[in-house]
Amino acid sequence: MLERLRRPWSDHRAEQLLGAVACLLAIGIILMIVFIVRGAWPTFSHLGLSWLGSGGNLDNQVGAMVNTSAHPAASAFAFHAWPLIWGTLLTAGFAVLFGLAISLAAAIFIVDFAPPFVQRTMKPVIRLLAAIPGVLYGLIGILVLVPFIDKHILTTAEQNSVINVIQLSGGGLGVTILLVTLMITPILTALITDALESVPRAWREGAIALGLNPLRATIAVSLRAIRPAIVAATALATARALGEAVVVSMVSGGKAFAPNPLDGKIFFLEPVETLASEIVRQADNLSIPVLHSTLYAIAALLLFSSFALSLASYLIRLPMRRYQVSN
Amino acid sequence: MASAQPVDSTRPAPPRRRRHGRRSSLRSWRLRDQITFVLAWTVGLGLCAVAISVVVFFAVEGIQYLRPSLLVTHPSASVSQSGSGGFLDAIEGTVLLGAIGLLIAVPIGVVTAVWVIEYGRPRWLGRIVESTVEIIAGTPDIVIAIFGLALFQLGAFSFLSFSEPGGAFGRSFLTAGAMMSFLAIPPVYTATRNGLIATPRQMREASFALGKTRIATIRRVVLPAVRRDIATGSTLGLARIIGDTAIVILLLGATLRLQSDGALGFLSGTGSSLTSYIYNNSPAGDGNAPDKAYAAAAVLLLLVLVLNWGVGRIGRIGGPPIHAERRLGA
Repeated sequence: MLERLRRPWSDHRAEQLLGAVACLLAIGIILMIVFIVRGAWPTFSHLGLSWLGSGGNLDNQVGAMVNTSAHPAASAFAFHAWPLIWGTLLTAGFAVLFGLAISLAAAIFIVDFAPPFVQRTMKPVIRLLAAIPGVLYGLIGILVLVPFIDKHILTTAEQNSVINVIQLSGGGLGVTILLVTLMITPILTALITDALESVPRAWREGAIALGLNPLRATIAVSLRAIRPAIVAATALATARALGEAVVVSMVSGGKAFAPNPLDGKIFFLEPVETLASEIVRQADNLSIPVLHSTLYAIAALLLFSSFALSLASYLIRLPMRRYQVSN
Repeated sequence: MASAQPVDSTRPAPPRRRRHGRRSSLRSWRLRDQITFVLAWTVGLGLCAVAISVVVFFAVEGIQYLRPSLLVTHPSASVSQSGSGGFLDAIEGTVLLGAIGLLIAVPIGVVTAVWVIEYGRPRWLGRIVESTVEIIAGTPDIVIAIFGLALFQLGAFSFLSFSEPGGAFGRSFLTAGAMMSFLAIPPVYTATRNGLIATPRQMREASFALGKTRIATIRRVVLPAVRRDIATGSTLGLARIIGDTAIVILLLGATLRLQSDGALGFLSGTGSSLTSYIYNNSPAGDGNAPDKAYAAAAVLLLLVLVLNWGVGRIGRIGGPPIHAERRLGA
């Protein structure tokens, strides 16, 4: 066997062999869809699209599922995922919005304005921030930020005002958004910085020679040239924000509540649960058939949203192809 | 836009004098631009401040709670923090997961990149593979974990994990490592691909001119040229593997100690990693021993720092890479 490997390969055979390995990845993705949809099928076949809607208390619905038998009746599947979807949209939306603003400013700073020695230190710093495991942010959140908010920002009057509906403890939408933003900003910054650096220097200098100030030149020429890269980076960051499970489950308050923007300041202190964090929270109950199927349905929704993101980013980039610089 | 700087053009031209530095020109900017400029500086330095404070925070907590004995003792179940032992098993778990994940991810990532860049025919298949990697990079780790659970609970894979006559549990180092490889494949692929693109065409043509086949060229010329890119990609992938928690919680069981179940000893047994140890010892988990969580977090952060430093080093070993000139010219 080894002897045969050592002999020179024929080109034809090598191409087929390498191609087969490359296709393994595509097969893996297809298998992923098949297995997750198969696991989710009972839920979707019983509930249809009403599964996505709102209604009832989600925590109670999950609690009822825990007590179901191995051969559940159709009514046992009752589940309305809207609070989770709303929570996911809120956290991911805010985090990406903040993250994009911060990382655009940071990338412009690093590439065009920072003095050389700052530039040299900033790049490893961004790389380090991108590599810090999420659970460390979660630990800071649960041991430092949540108690801090509970003690200094949340007032007793505010707690009492909603005591009949939910209990506020410091953990909630605000901390979740903060931590998820912290987690996706370095990735965004690194990708945008790489793209900005690939813009030919002459383009921007040409704009400056025409009378634009350096900042305007960056915005008008460099940022425009890297629009496809910005879209791709945003799509990746959004996918990360959607799928962040463990950190959210640590600081989100542990209740599937749909925060109401009309509540003012309390809005950011209300507990929230995302699709991904609900899976982590119920991981121990996966052996219960009804809950198993429900969690697979949640995973299927996450999987399809990340597919939709990839597709959307591809479609948005399509008309921009003409002026792009980086691949 | 061009009329934004009328000051110089209306004044009788002074003898060619260079505008000194950035500061004088900044004054002539519009207020909005000045604010944006200051904001860019603030954000840039703010990110540095965040990084420094995270590292300092865990360094302080680590010095406070980390004892050498924690690194070499096994964890045990206990109500008090003093009796719950160290986290040797978690460290072993992290190392084992990283090794298994990389063993699977590096060959697949490199081969895929080589095929896409060097062959890539038929064209449509090459595009599909390229977008597949992009999709994998965007797939949430929790979804990958759920998929792994469904896949490895099949009867055919029961030898990989603890199993009963009723079916397999799907939880073991092998199954978790296999799913971890999904996290590491995108960085390995991207780094290798970028290296291959940057490798000058002349290197390949010189090899062809000597009568080498395409695959011989790849093995003897192209792959050695991108060795460093592969190493960088693998290190980035390793950092993602050791930093992941969701897959460990769902697919490794996050048990206190390494356990040997099933046909393949500890490889098919359950265990924990540093990340799941931290999670379980935070108030969110079952253990609730913040001291231990801080100590483990300091170790994990140190590991990440070393890896990160390694990525920077790899880029500089043995002079500039072969394709450096090409990159400078681009």
